[in-house]
Amino acid sequence: MKYKSQAVAKPYFIAAIALFVAQILFGLIMGLQYVIGDFLFPEIPFNVARMVHTNTLIVWLLMAFMGASYYLVPEEAERELAAPWLAVAMFWIFLIAAGLTVIGYLFVPYSGLAKMTGNAILPTMGREFLEQPTITKVGIVIVALAFLANVALTVLKGRKTVVSLVLLIGLTGLAVFFLFAFYNPTNLVLDKYYWWWVVHLWVEGVWELILGAILAFVLIKTTGVDREVIEKWLYVIIAMALITGIIGTGHHYYWIGAPEYWQWWGSIFSALEPIPFFLMTIFAFNMVNRRRRNHPNKAAVLWALGTAVMAFLGAGVWGFLHTLAPINFYTHGTQITAAHGHLAFFGAYVLISLTIISYAMPLLNGREANSMRSQVLEMWSFWLMAVSMVFITLFLTAAGILQVYLQRFNEAPQQFMVVQDKVALFYWLRELAGVVFLIGLVVYIWSFFAAAKDAKEPAVSSEAAASA
Amino acid sequence: MPQTFTKSMARNIFYGGSLFFLLLFLALTFDTSRALPERDRRDQLDTASEVGQKIAHGKMLWETNNCIGCHSLLGEGAYFAPELGNVYVRFGNSKDAIKAFIRSRPAEGIAGRRSMPQFNFSDEELDAIAEFLKYSSEINTAGWPPNIQG
Repeated sequence: MKYKSQAVAKPYFIAAIALFVAQILFGLIMGLQYVIGDFLFPEIPFNVARMVHTNTLIVWLLMAFMGASYYLVPEEAERELAAPWLAVAMFWIFLIAAGLTVIGYLFVPYSGLAKMTGNAILPTMGREFLEQPTITKVGIVIVALAFLANVALTVLKGRKTVVSLVLLIGLTGLAVFFLFAFYNPTNLVLDKYYWWWVVHLWVEGVWELILGAILAFVLIKTTGVDREVIEKWLYVIIAMALITGIIGTGHHYYWIGAPEYWQWWGSIFSALEPIPFFLMTIFAFNMVNRRRRNHPNKAAVLWALGTAVMAFLGAGVWGFLHTLAPINFYTHGTQITAAHGHLAFFGAYVLISLTIISYAMPLLNGREANSMRSQVLEMWSFWLMAVSMVFITLFLTAAGILQVYLQRFNEAPQQFMVVQDKVALFYWLRELAGVVFLIGLVVYIWSFFAAAKDAKEPAVSSEAAASA
Repeated sequence: MPQTFTKSMARNIFYGGSLFFLLLFLALTFDTSRALPERDRRDQLDTASEVGQKIAHGKMLWETNNCIGCHSLLGEGAYFAPELGNVYVRFGNSKDAIKAFIRSRPAEGIAGRRSMPQFNFSDEELDAIAEFLKYSSEINTAGWPPNIQG
């Protein structure tokens, strides 16, 4: 850690991991409700568990992006953060707002929450991923703007690098496109059309810039490869991301009332969306192979390579599987979508968050890397989480293929609930893989405590390693 | 990457390409906006009419009870419960059938099975929800879903 103000990143990372744990616990609840329908009913109905699962994910990823920015921008700009106190204040506002929102989801019926928070004044609630009360959304905008101003000011006053510039463009896009969350007309087609300007243009647009910038930063630091080379790659990757991803929005416009020509635009451009992820994989492996130094933080390099591979699989391959309109006609809104959603979010955005946390946390704690024992635990947690997520994806894909066949691609299509019963085996297997994922997460958290313990008693572990 | 391909070339592709495709996207959006009135049944949404008011009320109830948290609507949402974009057709073009189904959900659920919560809607609210789902089923969705099961 070169600048004192980078320390504000730490609470963001800790809160992110805490929310990650909540996300996974509620994921397991939902997974069980898929096979034991009345589990926790009516106390925590499925829709409530799902809101907590998806909303904590979004919040913890945003927390990790903010922490990442507060960590890497001072280092790139070669100066202290413009207003560290603002970053700390925003952290608490964001955390309290997110906490209150989740408490609201769990302890107040959703319609009651809508009434309590004055949803009728500006109705924005009750749309997938945008379930937050309108006042929470306003809070998110305030936090995002204060954050953006803080980061932008730091970049403007200091050294301007491609990494911080790309990050800044991504973060600006994130804030701008979120504003469409406030547009909610009665016209369902318009509602859906612009809802995607938040959801798609985030995850298949500007978030890829944030992902690319963080990955480039970590690779510069851990491989020592010339910045010029890495920055050129970064430009090519994000160029392909936006060139394919913006018109790629069309793959959401096939069946929601928009004109049929979107089937062409959406199919062609979204079929190209794996390209930036493929480039990212080549990029990451190339840079690590051409490394000029061996960074002691091996775990961070593993997370970085893992991000590139898993993002390509989840966002690239699993996205391509069902993006062509004639295929999507049958797969739209089935477990295939769920399979893709899980591996894409995990591979791209969860793993990049864990990459920067893995790289930055030891430095924030005053050491270049954690003890080998801690890193080994971290690497175990990577493999446990990555492999179990691949299995979750495979099981959901199997369930999805059967669902499509039985319910849609059949002479005698069967009812939704009848089909759900028939594919229950795969939901059980998914839940099992989910338990393994949780074990991976526990090992991950354990690695932090092992690191702290080894840092306190360095003699024991290093001597043991030397004598071994 | 070869040295002849410079960083500034990569940068120009990023800025030029992104800007071009953003503008193309806005142009397609503009064209879509002109085509939508023929497809999205906005004629029904006039809030001066009784049907228009019901649909608006129904959509608000749809949202404030987080129906999308279990169901999909035109294929978007959760995949825990049936698609509702065509439920009006699946229930024999009957608003009464939709209302009866929602009204009859047991408050304590069904042992071992998925069950929709009992929302205790008034008759007027049920009517609004059914009207909203009828409107949803009449949107021109390019022939989706593949069959009546959704």
